[in-house]
Amino acid sequence: MRCRQVIDKISDYLDGELDPELVRELERHLQHCEDCRVVVDTTRKTVEVFCHTEPAPLPNDVRERLNQMFRHSFRKGEPN
Amino acid sequence: MPTHLDNEQSIVAAAQAGDSDAFVTLLNQYGRHIYRLGLSITGNHQDAEDVLQEASLKAYRAIAEFQGNSRFYTWLVRIAVNVALGKLRKRALWKESSLDEPRESEDGSYIPLEIESWGDDPEKACMNGELQQILAGVIQKLDLKSRTIFTLRDVEKFSIEETAKLLGLSIPVVKTRLLRSRLKLREELTKYFGKDARNAMPTSHR
Repeated sequence: MRCRQVIDKISDYLDGELDPELVRELERHLQHCEDCRVVVDTTRKTVEVFCHTEPAPLPNDVRERLNQMFRHSFRKGEPN
Repeated sequence: MPTHLDNEQSIVAAAQAGDSDAFVTLLNQYGRHIYRLGLSITGNHQDAEDVLQEASLKAYRAIAEFQGNSRFYTWLVRIAVNVALGKLRKRALWKESSLDEPRESEDGSYIPLEIESWGDDPEKACMNGELQQILAGVIQKLDLKSRTIFTLRDVEKFSIEETAKLLGLSIPVVKTRLLRSRLKLREELTKYFGKDARNAMPTSHR
């Protein structure tokens, strides 16, 4: 497998959706290609950092306006 | 994806029976996730707030129709995505969206430029608030369609199939955009977290 093919298959590889034979080929390539190892490793970290990071709490003014909107809806007796 | 509330089923059932406090409990749990989703897709805080408000109100009005076949959160996300995309479709942004400046070779492959391993894990390299700011910033470097796909798949953890269905796109399109988005974001984050990238870190961590 060549570097370009590794790049094309990174997503499937990280998602565990790559055919086992291709996984073996890709990992053989990684053993001797430092650049591809770095790209695979940092792409994995990229996906991880996005999925692990908790969202910030709602800004106070946003929360207050949301509550206000609902107080108004509840008073009107929605949704009944 | 956020964790379940303890006894979520009974809270949802109470909300369906008209208990407004139960609905507020659900919103307290998931509101900030919906706001972040709206921010990722629309790219600005005012629209994110509109998405949160409109999606919450729609969910409140329609909660009796929620069948419980999926998590409540998944159901709420579907509503929020439709609200967000509805806004952008009105402004014709969705249709115009294309891959932004793909660096492709002649055969269409993406060519990575930044090849540099990362130092500390991002979670260790900066405080949570700063990390959130960095992530929210780099995701806006993607075009609208790509960042919506990336957000649903990699931030909210929907499957490729669910993401495709939600957005009315084919699975190959979702996969191609996801690959390019991951590679582009990897490059953007390498500017912050690469071993030689100290200067790009927020001031307090230089």
